[in-house]
Amino acid sequence: MKKENFIWAAAKIGLLGGVISIFLTLIGMVEVFDKRDVVEKIITLGMFLPVAVSFTAGFLASKRTSDLFGENKILFNLLSGLIAGLFTGLLLMFLVMFGTSVNLRAVFLNASPTLFKLLTFGKESGGETLLVLYGAVIGLIGGGFHLLPTMIRRPLTRAIFFLIFMALFSGLFRVVMINQGESASKLAKYLFGQTGMTLNGALIFFFGVVLVSVLWDSQGQKVQTRVATMPKSGQLTLRVLVILLIAYIALGLPLVSGPFIAQVIVIISLYILMGLGLNITLGFAGLLDLGFVAFYAIGAYTVGLLTSYGPFGLQHVSFWIAVPIAVLVAMMFGAILGLPVLGVRGDYLAIATLGFGEIVRLLAGSDFLAKFFGGPQGVIGIQKPCLGILEAFVKTDVPRVCGGIELAKPQDIYYLAVVSAILIAFIAWRLRESRLGRAWMAIREDEDVAEALGINLVQTKLLAYMLGAAFAGLGGAIFTVLVGSIFASSMQLIVSINVVALIIVGGMGSIPGVIVGAITLIGLPELLREVSEFRFLLYGTTLIIMMLAKPEGLWPSQSAKRELHHADADNVAAETA
Amino acid sequence: MRTSFGERLVDLAVSGFLWGFRILIVSVIVLGTFFTLQAGKYTGEQWIDFIVFGISQGSIYALIALGYTMVYGILRMINFAHGEIFMSGAFAAYFLATWLNTMGFIDSNPVLGLLLPILFAMIMSALIAMLVERIAYRPLREAPRLVPLISAIGASFFLQYTFRGFFGPGVYAYPPIAALDGEWTILGIHVLKVQVVVAVAAGIMMAILYAIVMFTKVGKAMRAVSENKDTAALMGIDVNRIIVMTFAVGAAMAGAAGVLYALIYRQVNFFMGFVPGVKAFTSAVLGGIGNIPGAMVGGIVLGIFESVGPSLFLEGLGIPRPYQLKDAIAYTMLVMILLFRPSGILGERLTTKKA
Repeated sequence: MKKENFIWAAAKIGLLGGVISIFLTLIGMVEVFDKRDVVEKIITLGMFLPVAVSFTAGFLASKRTSDLFGENKILFNLLSGLIAGLFTGLLLMFLVMFGTSVNLRAVFLNASPTLFKLLTFGKESGGETLLVLYGAVIGLIGGGFHLLPTMIRRPLTRAIFFLIFMALFSGLFRVVMINQGESASKLAKYLFGQTGMTLNGALIFFFGVVLVSVLWDSQGQKVQTRVATMPKSGQLTLRVLVILLIAYIALGLPLVSGPFIAQVIVIISLYILMGLGLNITLGFAGLLDLGFVAFYAIGAYTVGLLTSYGPFGLQHVSFWIAVPIAVLVAMMFGAILGLPVLGVRGDYLAIATLGFGEIVRLLAGSDFLAKFFGGPQGVIGIQKPCLGILEAFVKTDVPRVCGGIELAKPQDIYYLAVVSAILIAFIAWRLRESRLGRAWMAIREDEDVAEALGINLVQTKLLAYMLGAAFAGLGGAIFTVLVGSIFASSMQLIVSINVVALIIVGGMGSIPGVIVGAITLIGLPELLREVSEFRFLLYGTTLIIMMLAKPEGLWPSQSAKRELHHADADNVAAETA
Repeated sequence: MRTSFGERLVDLAVSGFLWGFRILIVSVIVLGTFFTLQAGKYTGEQWIDFIVFGISQGSIYALIALGYTMVYGILRMINFAHGEIFMSGAFAAYFLATWLNTMGFIDSNPVLGLLLPILFAMIMSALIAMLVERIAYRPLREAPRLVPLISAIGASFFLQYTFRGFFGPGVYAYPPIAALDGEWTILGIHVLKVQVVVAVAAGIMMAILYAIVMFTKVGKAMRAVSENKDTAALMGIDVNRIIVMTFAVGAAMAGAAGVLYALIYRQVNFFMGFVPGVKAFTSAVLGGIGNIPGAMVGGIVLGIFESVGPSLFLEGLGIPRPYQLKDAIAYTMLVMILLFRPSGILGERLTTKKA
């Protein structure tokens, strides 16, 4: 390859990186994230973004150069990293120069003087040059990073990612640790500051991860083989221990975390519950249901109307009676709504169900049915569930005092949701290997073949759809008692999209995948207020990137992995043959 | 094949239920219409107003639906992000029109003041659609059907919230065009000027598109690719180029529709693409997806139904404030058409002519 080529390639990568930097800047991310620190007084999360872009551009350019030459040529690699970084910096500089001379704010809301001041490091003059210089230097470092041997590079990469992770969640860890008592509180204050990690904390985490990672790289193989060669009973104990540990954390966390985080955890658990439900419809049977929220709403309204002592309450029965009814009603509606549309093929189904979701929301919020559902005012005064011996049969017309244990706090509802989620996970797990589960998967893979094999398409699909609806109804029911009121306006399409997105990110058809997906997609934005402003942007990006790079999800089920990488495996086989 | 008694019973229940559903919908329409007309609350002129509004609204749906239908015809995928392309067109036009307005250009040149934003919107929409196709759809062309659909949902969210990030969550007011205020009297009927201009503009756009698809070489290539990609490639057609062209042309139509929408409602917002997008998709299905004249017919039919429906069908049944359920009518129509005639109004020709 010629020399001009690699410079041009590096420039292209740099320009692309610059465009991404400008995008992140104009969309407001840099400014919003600037309020949070990665390391206190050293670097804010906002400034970290362009740094990361320049670094990655330098790294990729250097990698590209190596590819072009077929080997590492240290000087050229560094040069290409420098060039790529330079271009990212240059583009940002143009943005700053353009933005300070023209009133860019008339179009782009975020192009504020504060932003430009931030980008020029608060300097009156010369800030732009500094920006380019920094870009180039960081690109150079990125280029150099590529040259490091894998042995050193991998632990460093892990440490950096871990650092970002810790920085994002430093607030959470801080609160949890401070609640733990004197010594833990002292440690928390040593490691984490108000808005990010302290320098000491960052250093400790960084070197800690590097150390562990190096150890794992050298010793990990041995540990793995030792576990694999352990006797059966030993492996089992190990697995039980891991599960117990996870259960301990999952059950104990809401108790120590304080009300705000407990609320977030409840929401995560609710989404896990609904994700498990939709996982049957979407993951097993391959029916993309964008009207999931309809059944969520039906479940919520059923419980609300049955238990509320507000103006729309009908029966004032106990929560424990109302929930099975809600699940059944949701299931029935699943059948009623499912029958007409299940004959149509996949992508039509998505839009048709989307229509259902909207119809339910419009009807519930309309004046037409306001005398039943409260219209835009919603249903209020919903009784909290109460645990007691004869509690299920209590029926009163006035707000009453709970005789047993009232599940009033978010933490209590969390346990309710966890128990339900475990129930659903169990059902889903048992169904997957059953005859029905196999029929669903056959339909997912190929409807025509499945039909030819004697599977009744409409019936089988309907069962999947009804089960999904039932679990959505359960989710809605629990959500209702958590909030204590229902409003039609909260039954937006976005709920359905949330659930679909978390399943896809976690891995379609995979039960642990749902949990991973819910924690990343629902938990992250709820915990990080800075991120929540961009949550749907991140959703969109995540969905596209997942589909492009990892359509089987973060924690795929075995069959999905096999299927989606079938082609790759074939290619590899062809190449090696 | 031998089936058990139970299975036959279930089949019977299913078909019985479906028939019940059809009868219910038809009786709602018939009874509602009957009672409304009997009550005589609206005059003939008011009905005509409803219909004219329905046509102008429907022609916007039709313009958007073209993009859905063309992409579906070629790639067999629902371009979920198409509504956002429509929104981006409206935004592009808004910024140009506001700028022109501050210079007084729109008042002195109302025709150019209308056409320039439309042209700009078409270009911007086409560019964005090409970018989306390149990044989010092209790599997934051979993947299972759900994969590109999910990617399209992702693209839709990405575009929506990119615009929200850039331009904020507020509602922008599209600058008024003085020449479009007021009414015309055509054949003794009073109609709002805006509505006529929108309907005519949409009609012209559709005619241009139809001419492109039917009478130009590119259009011929598009039809060939939608018929069979591999054979088209063997005939020396650059399939990738044609697919990109299809996206661009469809998006340009949606962009123009965005401007027309903004002209009627005077509002531009990052979320404005979703509802018209779903309705346009309904129009495309209504007319028979993959079928260009079908999309036009479907759009107009949906527009009229939606505008007349609440008063005609629902008010007679004693439903208060039926316009609240305007959107529900469109969604119900979508479900109905999937039930009664999944191939759409003009769907029959789909097998022979997949334009």
